[in-house]
Amino acid sequence: MNRDPDRETGGMPVSHRPSPVTGFWTLFRKEWLRFWKVSVQTILAPILTVLLFLVVFAHSLSGRVEIFPGVDYAAFLVPGLAMMAVLQNAFANSSSSLMQSKMTGNIVFVLLPPFSHQEFFGAYLLAAIARGVVVGAGIFIATVWFVDLRLERPLWSAAFALAGSGVMGALGIVAGIHSDKVDELAAFQNFIILPLTFLSGVFYSIQSLPPFWQAASHLNPFFYMVDGFRYGFFGASDVSPWLSLAIVGGSFFALSFFTLWLLRSGYKLRH
Amino acid sequence: MVPAIQIEQVSKNYGGIRALDAVSLRIGQGEFFGLLGPNGAGKTTLINILAGLVIASSGSARVLGHDVVADYRSARRALGVVPQELVFDPFFTVHETLVFQSGYFGLRDNRGWIEEVMHNLDLSDRASTNMRALSGGMKRRVLVAQALVHKPPVIVLDEPTAGVDVELRQALWQFIRRLNRHGHTIVLTTHYLEEAEALCGRIAMLKQGRIVALDSTQNLLRMHSGCYLELRLQPDRLPDSLAALVTLRREGGYRLALRDYAEVESVIAGLRSAGIAIQELEVLQPDLEEIFVQIMRRT
Repeated sequence: MNRDPDRETGGMPVSHRPSPVTGFWTLFRKEWLRFWKVSVQTILAPILTVLLFLVVFAHSLSGRVEIFPGVDYAAFLVPGLAMMAVLQNAFANSSSSLMQSKMTGNIVFVLLPPFSHQEFFGAYLLAAIARGVVVGAGIFIATVWFVDLRLERPLWSAAFALAGSGVMGALGIVAGIHSDKVDELAAFQNFIILPLTFLSGVFYSIQSLPPFWQAASHLNPFFYMVDGFRYGFFGASDVSPWLSLAIVGGSFFALSFFTLWLLRSGYKLRH
Repeated sequence: MVPAIQIEQVSKNYGGIRALDAVSLRIGQGEFFGLLGPNGAGKTTLINILAGLVIASSGSARVLGHDVVADYRSARRALGVVPQELVFDPFFTVHETLVFQSGYFGLRDNRGWIEEVMHNLDLSDRASTNMRALSGGMKRRVLVAQALVHKPPVIVLDEPTAGVDVELRQALWQFIRRLNRHGHTIVLTTHYLEEAEALCGRIAMLKQGRIVALDSTQNLLRMHSGCYLELRLQPDRLPDSLAALVTLRREGGYRLALRDYAEVESVIAGLRSAGIAIQELEVLQPDLEEIFVQIMRRT
């Protein structure tokens, strides 16, 4: 350790006014870099997984199944698979970051600074949405070369991508705060997130299901995310996109209020 | 002047366990203050309440007059905490870690101070090193740097030298002393009582969540009116009349605990009458460790 007495170190007046915006932006940037630095694992791996799904399912079913008139099964599949990856990665980002920080103890570095619970929530949420959107965009870029994709109503797709990843980012914050062990988070992921995304109409239209499973699908909020997102591509959907948007938007606001309440209470963070 | 830290009737319960019991404490600006106590005494709980990591069950805590709950933004900006655990974020380098920590406190362009802190903690050469690749001592330096990066007027060090080598320990204390000379309030918890004795102007001792002693270090040291007598004798034995005074038996020597200096005379007389020659004699003052042990036993 080098202490040069000529260097003025002790007087430490704060020379510039601290800004909460800087705090929020820094926390978002840290969360962004956290997944960007390991992008092989956090971005490329989910894109590869989707491509494998696409190759297997499109090869097996293309030409045999037509869900929307004039839409090839591979083209039908891409938006569903992309949305599934968006949702899973948005959830994984906020949940794993908080869970790992809690387990290693470095959560203290974001609890000691003067963040409000809104800033804390906003930064983790925005990073989760960012990862979801980056993965979704990556899937789009990777598949557009060999699948004939239309994007008829891009704003609808963008709205569902943002709202859907927002729901999952908020859910990830709740799961990350609540889970004390890796297995608890894994259970959340494997027994809730994964089945609900797989059974949300990613691989099929719910119109092709028996009445009971159609009704059950309407209880799955992920179905509305996938169906609304797909509407942006083909201008066709199983239910009205307005209904889907209302359900997804309502879920986002409800979950956000719950997460903010949880953070404000200090649940499992400030004892 | 507003106190650097003001704690009033703070209690903390964990289920049925009372970790802090109506603790009140006032630490003035510019003090070097020691918070001592055995494991589980409540030191870290008290620090965590100040830092907002733990919510008190009752009572209030203020940092430079800012309530840690109602006015948490100002309170946290005024406080830098070096946590006890050696924690780090494995995704980032030393420089990134410090830039982020500075940004969390709302400081956007803080490069000059970050470089200065790194220079003073001898971290400049490791700026681009990932945190995972650092030794324990280096990680500890980064923790100190993280606590200082937003220029807090009140600095809390929770056992900062636990498991740290002598060189870093001494260098760290020189740096912290200098910050204290420049007006920063330092609150230190440590199990190395010789460090507390050498550094702290005032000391509070905690036991089972209560403050059992609070005074200047000098006054605490004066509380013990007795002294110790270290003897090397020929032949190497004590008369029975002095055996009860022995606190330490070493190869070729004894340490006797005396109530006061006047007792030295009677010990020498006792040895002389028993025909035992004194080869070496040294009178020792009790140190903070002795005082600490006494207070903990007494309360």
